Parts: sequence; structure tokens; C-alpha cells
Amino acid sequence: MGFDFANLFSVALGAILVNNFIFSQFLGICPFMGVSKKIDTAAGMGIAVTFVMGLASAICWPINELLLHFDLAFMQTVTFILVIAALVQFIEMFLKKSMPSLYEALGIYLPLITTNCAVLGVVLQNTQNSYDFITSVVYGITGGLGFMLAIVIFASIRERLTFSECPKAFEGFPIALMTAGLVALSFMGFSGLKVF
Amino acid sequence: MNFTTVIIAVVVLAVLGAVFGLVLGFAAKVFAVEVDPKEEAVLGCLPGANCGGCGFAGCSGYAAAVAKGQAPVNSCAAGGEAVAAQIAEIMGVSAGAMVKQIAQVHCTGCGQNYKQYEYVGLHDCVAASKVPGGGDLSCSYGCLGLGSCEKACPFDAIHVIDGVAVVDEEKCKACSKCVDICPRHIITLEPYKTKRHVTIPCSSHDKGVDARKVCDNGCIGCSICAKNCPKEAITMVDNLAVIDYEKCIGCGICAQKCPRKLITVDGKVPEVKPAAPKAAPAAQPAAPKAEEAPKAAPAPEAPKAEEVPKAETAAETKE
Repeated sequence: MGFDFANLFSVALGAILVNNFIFSQFLGICPFMGVSKKIDTAAGMGIAVTFVMGLASAICWPINELLLHFDLAFMQTVTFILVIAALVQFIEMFLKKSMPSLYEALGIYLPLITTNCAVLGVVLQNTQNSYDFITSVVYGITGGLGFMLAIVIFASIRERLTFSECPKAFEGFPIALMTAGLVALSFMGFSGLKVF
Repeated sequence: MNFTTVIIAVVVLAVLGAVFGLVLGFAAKVFAVEVDPKEEAVLGCLPGANCGGCGFAGCSGYAAAVAKGQAPVNSCAAGGEAVAAQIAEIMGVSAGAMVKQIAQVHCTGCGQNYKQYEYVGLHDCVAASKVPGGGDLSCSYGCLGLGSCEKACPFDAIHVIDGVAVVDEEKCKACSKCVDICPRHIITLEPYKTKRHVTIPCSSHDKGVDARKVCDNGCIGCSICAKNCPKEAITMVDNLAVIDYEKCIGCGICAQKCPRKLITVDGKVPEVKPAAPKAAPAAQPAAPKAEEAPKAAPAPEAPKAEEVPKAETAAETKE
């Protein structure tokens, strides 16, 4: 059990900092650029992504076992897309009915997550790394937290960017993309980090 | 062996799909929430790309905003004109109580005959308005006629005809894109055909003398219309008559009295019956325009009032 914790910690730290989904794996860039204009909405998106990633990891683990049982590993991508889409739809309906306040807070971001490649990415990586159930869920949640960290940092920078003067040609998305690149560079500083 | 794998794959995926479908179908019943039918109808029209181009988080966010009346019907760039028209229809039907509005260009385009210089540059009003003098028109309020509104209109409802923007009343959805883009701010939304549509197609705040120099029929601020209006619906704002459509009953008396024959009723300048019987039938083309301007300029406003209509009929009848 002690070993497990160390392992989980290592997986979590890796997912948040070292293998950050956005800054080192470049997954989920679309919502990262699209929903990062304000810190509030960015945090909402981050929470929603964390939520879905965790749940998707949990749901997809038994389904992956099922696929492996039938020797259908090559069907993973298709199946997971199906699972995630259905899952997000279900969560949306569930939240709308039972937790309207939470739905209001992140409901509008949920449909966007259906096609978020970070979610598919986390599930596929779970299977590639042959994580067990607990590790999968931890990897999913911490991956989402990493996404949230990235998007909130980026949103706070971008809020400042709108007030700063920059050359006409760079206004808007170009400067945002360059900033994202610089932040990604700084995240490379974590790449030497090892907790084993 | 290979074939069985294919079958197994298909079966597994089909079963999974069926299970999810059932669960979702079941969940839709269990977790059903009342939704504004308008919102659903709007969402049905949208392409569902969730591109975020409208500024809302996904198509459903935009649909909700439209249903609440917080968003314009034509923000969906992906859907374009067709989708905008559909949504407008949905919202238009539901908003039955609202007065239908159309855009109205407050310029007759007469000023195109009076240019202060030749403008050679981008064929765009916004660009032209940035050059010294604010474009080639001598009138600093008139329509530049370079079609920025035409480009902005998502419904193909406004076109520059003979140097002035003209709104196609059938196509106009009152989205106010043209109102926003016009650098001269001469387009406004006006209630359409709830009664006779009286409008003053001029935006000039110039004094009468100056207005005459740059245009054949612009508002000279004589305030005759305001004085004759039985409902006091016309007010003078900086030498320009402005109609308050809350008060206007569409009687058209102002149009009868206007010495410049500027005011239109349902798009036409009415024939003047009692006031100047000799002026009404004499609608000769072209000629009087040139001589009228210099003659008019030095004289004060009042005595001219009856003389001008004669000259004006020519310019107006072609419209």
C-alpha cells in the first residue's frame, strides 16, 4: 500500500506538472484557447474537464477490460469516443435535473468537452500505461487538475494581455499563441522532476 | 478467425451503443427538464458545430441567449444567412407583440452631386471616413455610398443605388449590423408599416444656408414640419427635424408642408395639394437643379419656402 501511494503521487505529480496535458502533450488546445479569456470561465471549464476526465477514466477502465477480454484492443479509440460522448450527455442530463446550480456553473462547458481530445487522451494513456482502476482515476482527475492549472494561469495572463499594447499584427490570437508557447517552455522546467 | 473478430467487434460496439442509447433514452425521460420551446427550436436550426464563434459557449448557450432575447439572431457565422433567417423566423413569430422594424437610411443621396474632392482609395465608407474631410462628400452628414453597410448586411437587404444606400424592406431583419458599421451614423431602426411610414431621410445638422450649398433637398432646419405636426411628434435637434415614432400617427402633414420635399410617406414624397398649386404639376427633369443652388444660398430661409419646391420636384420624382 505504501508503494501504491508513492506510485499514485508520482502519477499525480506527473499528470499535473511534468506531463501537463496542455503544455507538454498539447491536448485540449481548442478549449484552452477558446475559453481562456476570463479567469472565471476558465476555472469553470477546468472544473468541468476535471470532472469528466475523472469519470471517463473510471467508466472506461471496465470497458477496456471488456475489450481486452474479447481481444479487441484495436477498437479502443472508437469505443472510447462513444463512451465519452454518451457519458457527457448523461452527466449533462443528470446535472440539469438534480444539481441545477452546478449545471449552471459548468453546464455550458460540458457539451464542449464531448470532443475534447484531452479526455480521450487521458483514457487512451490509461490503457497504454496499463494503469489499474485506482491509478486510472487518479491520473484522470489529476490530468484534469493540470488542465485547470494551465487554463487558469493562461487566463490570468490573457486578462492582462488585453490591456497591454502589442503590435497590431500580433493582437488577439497570435499573441495568445505566443504566450502559450512561452508558458509551455517554462513548464518544460518540470521535465526533470522525478519522484520514484 | 479474422472474420469472427470483425463480427465480435461489431457486436461489442453495437451492444455498447445500444446500451448507451437505452441509458440515455431512459435518462432523458427521468431527468427531463422543462426547456423553453423557442430555445429548442433555435438550437435545432444551428449547425451544432459548437465553434464558439458567436461568443457563447457552444450552440446551446447561444440558443438560450437568443431565446431570452439577449443575443442577435445572426451571430452564427457558421450557419450564415440561412440559419439567421430561420432563427429570425422563429423569434419573429414568437415576438409577435413587438413592432417590426426596418433600417432606414437618413439620406437621399442628393449630396453625391456636390463633392469636395475626388476620393481615390479603398471602396469602403469606413476607410473613406478616415481621410481628411471625412470622405468626398461636401455634406459632412450624407451617405458616402461606398457600401460598408452592403458588405455588413447578412441578409443582402441593403444596397447602394445611385450613390446612396437603400434598404430592401422585405429582406431587412432589423439586425442593426448596418447601423453599427455606418461611419456617418445615418442609419437607424424605425417601426415599419404599423401605420403609414413617415420618415425624414436626412441627417444634416448643418444650418439651412450650409445645407443648401451641399445638397438639393436636405433638411434646412426650418421647423415648418415641427410647427405643423398635430401630435407634436417632430422635434428640432440641432437644425434637423426628428420624428418621435411613439407620437407619430402617420398623417403625413409634415410631408405636405416640407418646403424641401424631403419628408416621405411610405417611401414617396406626396403631391402638394393646397399650398402651392402651381408648383405641383410642373415636374420638369434635371434643369432647375443647377440654378437653384447659387440662388438659394444668399437669401434667408423664410421667403424661399415657396420658391424651392418648384426646383425640387425634379430631384424627388426620380426617386
